[in-house]
Amino acid sequence: MAETAKTKKSIIPKKHSMPTQDAGERIKNFNEVALGYAVETAVTEAERCIQCKKSPCLAGCPVEVDIPAFIKLMAEKDFAGAIKKIKEKNALPAICGRVCPQESQCEMYCTLGKKHEPVAIGRLERFCADWELEHGVTLPEVASSNELKVAIVGSGPAGLTCAADLAKLGYQVTVFEALHVPGGVLMYGIPEFRLPKKVVQTEIDNVRKLGVDIQVDSVVGKLATVDELLNEGFQAVFIGTGAGLPYFMNIPGENLCGVYSANEFLTRVNLMKAYLFPEYDTPIRIGRKVAVVGGGNVAMDSARTALRLGAEESWIVYRRSKEEMPARIEEVEHAEEEGVKFAFLTSPTQIFGNEQGWVERMECLRYELGEPDESGRRRPVPISGSEYIMEVDTVVMAIGQGPNPLVPRTTTGLAVTKKGNIVADLKTGATSKSGVYAGGDIVTGAATVILAMGAGRVAANAIHQYLTAKNT
Amino acid sequence: MFKILEKKVLSPVIKQMEIEAPRVAKNCQAGQFVILRLHEKGERIPLTIADFDRNKGAITIVFQEVGKSTIELGKMEAGNQILDFVGPLGLPSHIENFGNVICIGGGVGIAPVFPIARALTNIGNNVTGIIGARTKELLFWEEKMRAVCGELMVTTDDGSYVRKGFVTDVMKEIIEDKGKDNIALILAIGPQPMMRVVCNVTREYGIKTIVSLNSLMVDGTGMCGCCRVKVGGQTKFVCVDGPEFDGHLVDFAELAKRSAIYLEKEKEAHNYHKCKCGGAS
Repeated sequence: MAETAKTKKSIIPKKHSMPTQDAGERIKNFNEVALGYAVETAVTEAERCIQCKKSPCLAGCPVEVDIPAFIKLMAEKDFAGAIKKIKEKNALPAICGRVCPQESQCEMYCTLGKKHEPVAIGRLERFCADWELEHGVTLPEVASSNELKVAIVGSGPAGLTCAADLAKLGYQVTVFEALHVPGGVLMYGIPEFRLPKKVVQTEIDNVRKLGVDIQVDSVVGKLATVDELLNEGFQAVFIGTGAGLPYFMNIPGENLCGVYSANEFLTRVNLMKAYLFPEYDTPIRIGRKVAVVGGGNVAMDSARTALRLGAEESWIVYRRSKEEMPARIEEVEHAEEEGVKFAFLTSPTQIFGNEQGWVERMECLRYELGEPDESGRRRPVPISGSEYIMEVDTVVMAIGQGPNPLVPRTTTGLAVTKKGNIVADLKTGATSKSGVYAGGDIVTGAATVILAMGAGRVAANAIHQYLTAKNT
Repeated sequence: MFKILEKKVLSPVIKQMEIEAPRVAKNCQAGQFVILRLHEKGERIPLTIADFDRNKGAITIVFQEVGKSTIELGKMEAGNQILDFVGPLGLPSHIENFGNVICIGGGVGIAPVFPIARALTNIGNNVTGIIGARTKELLFWEEKMRAVCGELMVTTDDGSYVRKGFVTDVMKEIIEDKGKDNIALILAIGPQPMMRVVCNVTREYGIKTIVSLNSLMVDGTGMCGCCRVKVGGQTKFVCVDGPEFDGHLVDFAELAKRSAIYLEKEKEAHNYHKCKCGGAS
């Protein structure tokens, strides 16, 4: 390696590791696990970027952040310039830097990654965003108002991105949020220890400062329908209502006390702050032994939350093997470090309760992997007669979420799929209804924060084109 | 913020409040509910709408002080502000001209029955109202109900007012008197055991019975599934599929168990806050 004479200095083969709270300590609190790079680490990590000509990383970013440019500025210690560069494309960098699956996006394409570990793009993005939060935020330029009103339904990552982009273009944007705080899944779903709610609210305040009006406690479909919004002077509507419908397995015993949907479990803890009960009013009941069914990020979040709430054992029960788990590797590693246990190739068939209706145990069936299915992952096949009993007193179902039906059901002329997702052109977000756009999980089914943001960006551009054409 | 316009003390533990919420008042229908949150640390409290005034832009709620949050709400006065007030949630009551209808309100359930009885009467039904409470002190809205029912029967469990007996006793008498085939629909709202008994009786007569369920909830928009209940063997979400269901299909035993999930926690919260505010409450 020393012979690669032309490089000015030898390449550091590995990413700088992220400082974290010690696992034994952090399961006793809800504070953020990943602590962020120090200045020197950030600069030397930025220097790992070889500024290659092709910049393949760009293709891996759903919101098209100019990655090499911001990293170059970081290497020059121009953090203000770097965050400005990021924010040209990304309205929520402190969030993306924390929860984006960079390993399957930008970092997957990194040239350095062919021989070594890729540049830690996500960690660098987070550093810049945190640096700005600490040093004072400079707002991007906002075009003068064009007096055109656009309504955004849902204030999750899709809605916020769409709102910020349209506001920058001069639109009067109103965001309607059903819950009492904006942020959607960023507030109710992703735990404090992975995404501090203060960070989310600061990012949302920055969106507000662009002139976006966010109305909480406003359930579109109940308070006013999308049709009514269009009749009340909104020229276009963007629907980003997310995957707010929990799936259950439809197995016996699922309505026993102590069985939660992951949505309920996480909402109680994150949004309602049940971990601070009784100072906060919303309670949660956590047992000694918790089983979380599922293998995605939501399942990891639930299992790690259970430990922090005081569970003695927290199990992930997943019907495929570790390789097929959809959760981010980093999240799985964090869960393992914290002592979460894994029952792979296992799925519950029945939950049993005591006389008062509380969960006592769960019957599980073992699986083996067969041929790949349509998702390309090997299909789990049940092993007959392999039933066994798992003693648990809390079960969290984290097997996915469907589209919340409130808005689709109350909007006329809006085409939806069999599963209830809104049909929208992925290149524009346009739906079957004129002036109505949609994006994020309500269209794609449960996916990632950054894909929802990408969809919000795409729709904002399309809405801008539509309204420009309509009003000239 | 949502202003409390008026407060009435209906009994030492039952309070009535009119809340300024013009958008909710404009859009709500009988049978729907609201969720309110008192302050930053507060829980989301679901309450069925007891009355609404579209011109004034106000919603009336009636609640019984049963835990930390409702006791706290009960201490608030006209002019105070509630942090969050969201609605209208859930599906409206199905209102059509059925013919002879019995509307039953038990205890604090008298309040949500009122707007439904009014809507049923307005569309041409012959509504017989039955309201009951454990004792005279807990009975309210007699005149208000009388005004929207063709006839109104009143009963108290202990006989301290009008007559002694449960609402189901009165209901049975009316069914026997009018004949079961002459009653198209029964609507019952009240404590779960009352609704369960009503349904057990009407099932034998074969009279369709609607109940409004008050299960535990968090978001109230179908997002969490906390409120799930088995109806006809299928799991339904009270917040978006209800709150009204065919009472003969509701699994009341499961509902009762799920409703008791946080009883201990509620006591804990109550005691914690009682200690903190020097024993007042």
